[in-house]
Amino acid sequence: MTQPATPAQQGGPDAGPSPAPAADAPADGAGPLRLLWARADARTLSLLGVLAVLVLIGGITKPDEFLDTRNLQLVLTLSSIIGVVTVGMTFVIMSGGIDLSVGAIVALSSVWASTVATQEFGFAGVLFTAVLVGVGCGLVNGVLIAYGGMVPFIATLAMLASARGLALHITGGKTQTVSIDGILRLGNRDAYVLGVPPLVLVFAAVTVIGWLVLNRTTFGRRTVAVGGNAEAARLAGIDVRRQRLYLYLLSGLCCGIAAFLLLALVGSGQNTNGNLYELDAIAAAIIGGTLLSGGRGTIVGSVLGVLIFTTISNIFALNNLQSDVQQIAKGAIIVAAVLVQRRTASTT
Amino acid sequence: MAPEPSLLSMSGITKSFPGVRALDGVDLEVQAGEVHCLLGQNGAGKSTLIKVLAGAHQPDDGQITWRGEHITLKSPIAAMRLGIATIYQELDLVAHLSVAENVFLGHEPTTAGFVVRGRDARSATATLLKRLGHPEIDPARLVGELSAAQQQVVSMARALSHDVRLIVMDEPSAALDPDEVDNLFRIVGDLTAAGVAVVYISHRLEEIRRIGDRVTVLKDGRAVAGGLPAESTPTREIVALMTGRNVEYVFPPRPPAGTEYPPPVLTVEGLARDGEFAPLDLELRPGEIVGLAGLVGSGRSEILETVYGARRPSAGRVLVDGTPLRPGSVRSAVRAGLGLAPEERKAQALLMLESVTRNVTVSTLSRFARAGWLDRRAERAAARRATRELSLRPDNPDVPVRTLSGGNQQKAVLARWLLRGCRVLLLDEPTRGVDIGARAELYAVVRRLADEGLAVLLVSSEVPEVLGLADRVLVLREGLVVHTAPARELDEHRVLDLVMEGSPVPTQSVTEEGSATS
Repeated sequence: MTQPATPAQQGGPDAGPSPAPAADAPADGAGPLRLLWARADARTLSLLGVLAVLVLIGGITKPDEFLDTRNLQLVLTLSSIIGVVTVGMTFVIMSGGIDLSVGAIVALSSVWASTVATQEFGFAGVLFTAVLVGVGCGLVNGVLIAYGGMVPFIATLAMLASARGLALHITGGKTQTVSIDGILRLGNRDAYVLGVPPLVLVFAAVTVIGWLVLNRTTFGRRTVAVGGNAEAARLAGIDVRRQRLYLYLLSGLCCGIAAFLLLALVGSGQNTNGNLYELDAIAAAIIGGTLLSGGRGTIVGSVLGVLIFTTISNIFALNNLQSDVQQIAKGAIIVAAVLVQRRTASTT
Repeated sequence: MAPEPSLLSMSGITKSFPGVRALDGVDLEVQAGEVHCLLGQNGAGKSTLIKVLAGAHQPDDGQITWRGEHITLKSPIAAMRLGIATIYQELDLVAHLSVAENVFLGHEPTTAGFVVRGRDARSATATLLKRLGHPEIDPARLVGELSAAQQQVVSMARALSHDVRLIVMDEPSAALDPDEVDNLFRIVGDLTAAGVAVVYISHRLEEIRRIGDRVTVLKDGRAVAGGLPAESTPTREIVALMTGRNVEYVFPPRPPAGTEYPPPVLTVEGLARDGEFAPLDLELRPGEIVGLAGLVGSGRSEILETVYGARRPSAGRVLVDGTPLRPGSVRSAVRAGLGLAPEERKAQALLMLESVTRNVTVSTLSRFARAGWLDRRAERAAARRATRELSLRPDNPDVPVRTLSGGNQQKAVLARWLLRGCRVLLLDEPTRGVDIGARAELYAVVRRLADEGLAVLLVSSEVPEVLGLADRVLVLREGLVVHTAPARELDEHRVLDLVMEGSPVPTQSVTEEGSATS
């Protein structure tokens, strides 16, 4: 990603001891800054473009059904759950890690939070349990990776297996119906705020908070530093291990929230909940421009990645195409997105 | 030697990597049956040159002639087929395969083209190992279970399993004990007697004296001398070629002799790391620049990184203002006011994807944050102040740090610690990859920081740099401080004598050399 000669560079590779004519030029600063902004924007714009094309395809193939308010609400609602998971995943991947256990954590959280015993504590009890179980799983992941020196892939793979197993153990394979009105109402139309489902509002809030944390806080800055160059971060005095721990806690937290949203949407806890969320979340983040090796990525990109995926599924479903075709198309899109990004990365 | 056409002749070899010209028209000429030594400091281009020779890098320009014919080495396999084998410093063996499988990896003896005849491979390997003087290595053992020296023998057996005419050995003695080195030299002697040429890379001059026929010296990607006689060329001449006298060093004036310094800010007591450096005592006072001089592998960088907590010491401790730091904790060191500008700037210090601002403030983030929330304007302003103080160019903290020149990247690292208010600055090869012109400016910056009360510990492989910039110099050899003196009482020859003189086995090696040549 070398820059086309910015005004700053034209002074030669090393302006050296020769006192450059008192370069007190704040106007200079705007040049490269705008350039950077423009590039970041270009990626977002291309994702928006893809989304627009998809909407167009949906609108043309199934004009009545696709553009129906209810359908759009459905697309957004379905995006919400995987979207919340993806925000957490984006942080983890940006730090150079990976979390394969998100789907299993969603399953375990949703199951644990929907047992008869938990439901006795009402709305707050279910929410609290879902979040706590998510954070707890994240804590185990984080401790194993940050302080146990385990490779994230392995540690979270182990968590994937164990959490799903525990979820099956708790339910015995049965569906646990949620019987708390407050939770179920969140998925109902009469709870929509100005036509926006509450789940989508939660998703939006998580996105905004995620963006702020990544771009405006020390936590976000340290995440990027650890992902960009962990050794440099360590030698700069950053507590890399603690940062890694926090990141898996964050991913667990997002899974807990997603589990609660899932309970509200489907009205039941099952050990099969959140199946393959890990792949969807990773794919969405990658499509959104997150570097799998860490150090680069955006929340906006990841969220657009989620919306693109959900929209494709919706269009396929409306056109009565089988899910096997969907899967193939998804795979193709991931490959295409990464190839395009490589291209732009090498040409710019 | 002269009448025969040379076995290998490389001329005008040029190779650039993004931002670096690693080789700038290098010539190398090797005769059959000679040991041709390649000398040069780190970064002089030795590794790149042998990778070109091994077919691992393609040169941008230049010609390679092999036994009188122009050739191109498109791949490592192509080089292998011609009879050029390379034994790299990091041995490229597969730990989970057996000795015989490693030796014949890629050219296994087979039946019907694909069924590996394991027994044949093992017996052929046993023959090779016997020839190399190591019949005790079992061809069926896993390579991962062998010692470093034995692995090297396996690597050599692999080279000899081909019809080899030229073997490149990259610092083969680095991991060996003295008697293993003797065996290595015996093998080299056998090879050359059989007409095989050896290109031998080593930092140890006394080895080159023992086995070398001719020497080519590389410096900054150029061959500054080719084909010098290895035995008779004076050490000083070789070292002068390696370090290069063509550079005019401009150093800022130091404080007058007899300057009274405040009490030490940093105290190192018996700090040691097994196998890297012997117990070291050191006091560093505010305003003082102390230099560590020594060859590559003398433990310079290791000392710096251990003081900084990036490596855990096996003994001793580091105190700042009399308070001991937690051993092996970078955070403890940083909190106490230490800062490191590491040798590998790009790998160890900089976030190459990020802006100058973000690189400068990474160690000070919490200062610009309230409850974790960053005040980005204050952050940028502080970064700008710090970089301006060091006249970092361009004067724009928003540009990505990767677009800066080496000297300015180093300034960004210094600005990081300046901003942090660091009191002890550890500089590891501060001018590596920095243009000659920008060096003087960097020297002035370091001296100014010291005058403002910073204590500086400087490591450099360039002796003039240490002598010119430091107030006091510690000379290291093989992890041991052999001399300490004020810089103005030393000159380069004295330091080089101290750094070089005496190998770990001086008397023994001399007698053997005598018997070998007689």
